[in-house]
Amino acid sequence: MPAITMLEGIRQAMFEEMERDPAVVALGEDIGVYGGAFKVTEGLLARFGPERVIDTPISETAIVGAACGMSYLGLRPVAEMQFIDFIACCFNQVTNFVAKSHYRWGAPVPMVLRGPSGGGVHGGPFHSANPEMYFVHTPGLKVVYPSTVYDAKGLLKSAIRDNNPVLFFEHKFLYRRVKEEIPAGDFTVPIGKAAVRREGKDLTILSYAAMAHTALEAAEQLAKEGIDAEVIDLRTLLPLDRQTILASLKKTNKLLVVHEDTRTGGIAGEIAALVCEGAFEDLDGPIMRVTAPDTPVPYSPPLEERFLPNAEKVAAAARELAKY
Amino acid sequence: MSRTLTREQHLDLYYYMQLNRQLEERMVRLFRQNKIVGGLYASLGQEAISIGTAYALEPRDWLAPMIRNIGALLVKGFKPRDIFTQHMAKYTSPTRGKDGTSHFGDLKVRHTVSPISMLGDLIPVMTGVAMAGRYLGQHIVTMTWIGDGGSSTGAFHEGLNFAATQKAALVLVLENNQWAYSTPVTRQVPLKNLADRAKAYGVHSTIVDGNDVVAVYHAAKDAVDRCRAGHGPVLIEAKTMRMKGHAQHDPAEYVPKEMFDYWKARDPIPRYEKYLTEHKIWDAAKKAEIDARIERELDADQKFAEESPLPPPELAEEGAYCEGCHKIEADWKRAKEEVMPPKSSIQAEWTTPRLGGLDADFIANAEIPGAKEAAAANGEASAPAAAVAAAAGASSASPSASSAPAADPPAAPDAPEDVAKAPALRVPFGRGPKDREFERERNEAQRKREAQRQSRSRTKRRKR
Repeated sequence: MPAITMLEGIRQAMFEEMERDPAVVALGEDIGVYGGAFKVTEGLLARFGPERVIDTPISETAIVGAACGMSYLGLRPVAEMQFIDFIACCFNQVTNFVAKSHYRWGAPVPMVLRGPSGGGVHGGPFHSANPEMYFVHTPGLKVVYPSTVYDAKGLLKSAIRDNNPVLFFEHKFLYRRVKEEIPAGDFTVPIGKAAVRREGKDLTILSYAAMAHTALEAAEQLAKEGIDAEVIDLRTLLPLDRQTILASLKKTNKLLVVHEDTRTGGIAGEIAALVCEGAFEDLDGPIMRVTAPDTPVPYSPPLEERFLPNAEKVAAAARELAKY
Repeated sequence: MSRTLTREQHLDLYYYMQLNRQLEERMVRLFRQNKIVGGLYASLGQEAISIGTAYALEPRDWLAPMIRNIGALLVKGFKPRDIFTQHMAKYTSPTRGKDGTSHFGDLKVRHTVSPISMLGDLIPVMTGVAMAGRYLGQHIVTMTWIGDGGSSTGAFHEGLNFAATQKAALVLVLENNQWAYSTPVTRQVPLKNLADRAKAYGVHSTIVDGNDVVAVYHAAKDAVDRCRAGHGPVLIEAKTMRMKGHAQHDPAEYVPKEMFDYWKARDPIPRYEKYLTEHKIWDAAKKAEIDARIERELDADQKFAEESPLPPPELAEEGAYCEGCHKIEADWKRAKEEVMPPKSSIQAEWTTPRLGGLDADFIANAEIPGAKEAAAANGEASAPAAAVAAAAGASSASPSASSAPAADPPAAPDAPEDVAKAPALRVPFGRGPKDREFERERNEAQRKREAQRQSRSRTKRRKR
């Protein structure tokens, strides 16, 4: 099998799921004839026709609302946000209609809301955001944010087959930058399970999406300096894999959380609380975090570079932590 | 008598309207006894709309009520006990106490989607239900309601536009009850007829006297038939009046007393009772029999609700997710092969009928690749595009309304320029039979003026 990009992995997941189950349909802006702004859905319309691949008006509320309505009849719609930043336009549909449906009146909403997210491509304040935490704070949703091709394909398949609404974040910096050989045939990756990307004994670096790669890069650098870091890729933010996080911490006793999302209210805070509740006695140092600052994502390259965490910043923080 | 309703159906309409009203009157008493947990939102004076519209649906059709559509839920098969227990937050309620009021539904049998408190959001959702129904070959129609206030939300406009582009089988009933909480409709919308909202999306619309249950039923039946035939969504504006405050806590002192008086004289229930008597559909004995049945049912269900327990506290932490409790299966009424390759595969290219610009005949109607073939495969009545385009956007009064009792066909919405020229209505609020009489006079005068102008221009042409 030749190596494929993350974008291709996501595309394959869509194709294979639509091939497997006629209840799977796709809708979104420019996903049909054009194949999507990033070409994730290229070829879907030609293969599955206009009843299953629906080009919509620029109406995020209508897209999510209609997907929710379709799911009530047993379909499994995959709705695309052209950029995940635009999810703010349908916040009410997602958080009030979709997320509360099963709790309030026992109506499951088996839909996926997917879209390109994240910075590093100089997209500016409205095409680079990481709005995952609004939704991690919304009971009823699941939030998935993969970092590898294999995970992207396997997790999207799991998301489509899940009976709950799943928000599927696709880091656009990774779309064409990560390549991987993946096995032929059907496979899934379970939602709610983190992955240990690098075993280590001195400290744990916890991250996800593009920053999982940054954390690994930092760990390689740290290894040369004699610091053996364990790197965990969360993959799913809601529900969090409490077990894997605590198990790693029991081994390394030190925790550094890295995320591209802004600092206040980012997942690092939640993980810190979770660790204090579940493994306070095991901590040998403060829980540290490397995150973006509390600002919008800036446009100009030097500004965005300053904004984003990178391997140097992660390694510097890890060195501080290792001293404890 | 109505052109299509049988005697039994006429009596059904009465039963549901009276059940709706008596149920709500009991809930007002329960509210005063502190037995209703949250707010209580009355549909007093609007019962004809909920009942008349929902009655036009078939069991396979889907609806989603708003807060003042308890009547629609009753028609769809929910029982008074469901409404009582919901309001009293009991464990026996359809949501087991997790949500209140009309916020419940049933996916399997009664095909009802639960609303949320935010207005307008049901419109895109029911558009999706209609699209899925079409996809699965179910030939269903969906119906939801919105108020004059809710018609200003973004979700309303996004939903209606999407429904229109998809030709979704959605009947949207706009209950113009003159007030959004304390704000009169004139302060919300710079339009005389809210049905005009539909024109912006090329959606067919009608206006109906919302206090005339037979007229409402016929308008809804026409809309449902039209939707089922594949002609796209319909908006029905039903003119009515909210006869109470926004909710039980609100004494509605901001409403002029004359306005309440005006509409009280047009109460849909006494009006319908009179109609049933005049048309010899019932007699006093029949009325007494139905009223007694309603009392009996309400007694039993109220007792059930009052004696029901509150939910166990630990339930609060259950059910945010489906953890295998639901088996999700679509009800396919067509062959799945039709939507699977190779049958589903098409040439993915747009065709646009014109080049755009200032072409007078330009219809923004790009062909969705493969859509025609898909519609044909689904057995849809595919009207020629031109005919549909001509029908869409043409606001017209429902012809059926003419058969309604004691009611003339509601006047078709005037073009904006006519509104500007027209003298103000005698009453500055709402519309009722008197206003229609006045409007008829006014329209007659306008027709005459128009005829004169045309004959003048003909004379001019001849002179040339």
